[in-house]
Amino acid sequence: MQTVKMVVTGPFSAGKTQFIRSVSEIDVVATERKISTPDERAIKQATTVAMDFGRITVDNDLVLYLFGTPGQKRFDFMWEILSEGMLGFIVMIDSTRPETFREGRSILETFRAYAPTPYVVAANKQDEPDAWELEDMRNALRLSPNIKLLPCVATQKEAVKNVLLELLYSILLEMDGSEK
Amino acid sequence: MALRGNLRDFTVTQLLNLINLAHKSGTLVIDGSNETAQISFRDGKLAYAQIGQEDNHLAAILHRFKRLSAGQLRAIHLRADHLNDKELGLLLINAGYISQEEILSLLQSYFIDVVRRLFKWVDGAFQFEYNLHPPADRIPIRLDLENLIIEGARQLREWEQLREEIPSLEMGLKFLDRPETSIQKMNLSLEEWRVVSYINPKNTIKQIASVTKLNDMEIRRIIYGLLQAGLVEVVRQGSTPRVEILRSPVTPLFKEKQISLVQRLITRIRSI
Ligand SMILES: Nc1nc2c(ncn2[C@@H]2O[C@H](COP(=O)(O)OP(=O)(O)OP(=O)(O)O)[C@@H](O)[C@H]2O)c(=O)[nH]1
Ligand SMILES: [Mg+2]
Repeated sequence: MQTVKMVVTGPFSAGKTQFIRSVSEIDVVATERKISTPDERAIKQATTVAMDFGRITVDNDLVLYLFGTPGQKRFDFMWEILSEGMLGFIVMIDSTRPETFREGRSILETFRAYAPTPYVVAANKQDEPDAWELEDMRNALRLSPNIKLLPCVATQKEAVKNVLLELLYSILLEMDGSEK
Repeated sequence: MALRGNLRDFTVTQLLNLINLAHKSGTLVIDGSNETAQISFRDGKLAYAQIGQEDNHLAAILHRFKRLSAGQLRAIHLRADHLNDKELGLLLINAGYISQEEILSLLQSYFIDVVRRLFKWVDGAFQFEYNLHPPADRIPIRLDLENLIIEGARQLREWEQLREEIPSLEMGLKFLDRPETSIQKMNLSLEEWRVVSYINPKNTIKQIASVTKLNDMEIRRIIYGLLQAGLVEVVRQGSTPRVEILRSPVTPLFKEKQISLVQRLITRIRSI
């Protein structure tokens, strides 16, 4: 039995837990806790403290685990642990909250430093009326054109599948590319 | 039965023997010359150990065995200090970072190590406290004492022998071309595996001890075991010893296999 893992990361409340919930075949083992600070409570009720954990069984001897990181900075000691041995990672950004873009960028860089694996950026909550346009987000996030920035609605399974597939295509491409 | 006295009259090995035979539960408290040790037992099995001021929390032990980097340890102290050992253990298991078996086996290695250190104590008042048990938030183990007892009894003799067998640590080691034992069949401990992974004629025993953080006696014992098993032999060092440690490479997954794995993932996700 082989297990592979992908990590879903991003700022507080970007939709990481929701993303994993939409495709996991098990109830996501979310380690959520009621939020303590008033600022954060204004945004949402519960936050992930250790990690989310979802699973997709491929066949008898292959299982994909999806790990969602805690978004709050004070839990970032879990990040490196979660990233060990990952096949690739997804950085989720809430398209409606530009004040989190800078942090999203910094999380992206932190994960890139852990491992040189492929990654994609998901512009989440594209169903919201005040969501930013992809091209504006690309500029704000300072993403170079070769990095995939994908529209996402974490509550919709098809959109989540698309993000996962795009990441897998990048992984495949890199494997092919590195062949000498 | 009140169990108290001094190690001058009753050795640690003899105490373990007694606790084992009588299936005792409780804590053996020993006041050594510079520090105090507490060894807890349940039904005559080793459950927990604490020596001096040494940090024996799970995080510290994982760090000791290099399962957590110094940075990770610091981060845990800084931000997860409110978690007790059981909670932290669960968190790490759930994160897929370490298995329960590995946690238990590392705790076991550490507790055994503490007991081994006690074998060297020759003086100190001891007392067996029937009502003293490991703190409830710690992860206890259950280890049969038999092997430790045998080890303790052999130790003194063995150490003298070891110094004779491996007089110098400035020698290299190599695997025998036709070993008498296959390495898969040997029941190697984590430490032994770590030593094995550095065996290379270019690395001296001393260098291996230093990267694996083993003391002279520990490295001698492991090397002696490997020599006895007919797995390795000692080679004289060339004139210029290597400074850099060579690590045995891990075999990477074949590229085709990786590609097919990713393709299977793609097919599966499309079908969700
Ligand atoms: N409209 C809309 N709401 C979303 C979407 N994804 C997530 N949400 C909502 O956004 C809020 C945050 O989602 P979570 O999945 O908890 O976010 P998270 O990234 O896990 O948050 P932390 O664990 O606290 O960092 C929740 O109220 C979700 O219901 C989306 O695509 N569209
Ligand atoms: Mg979450």
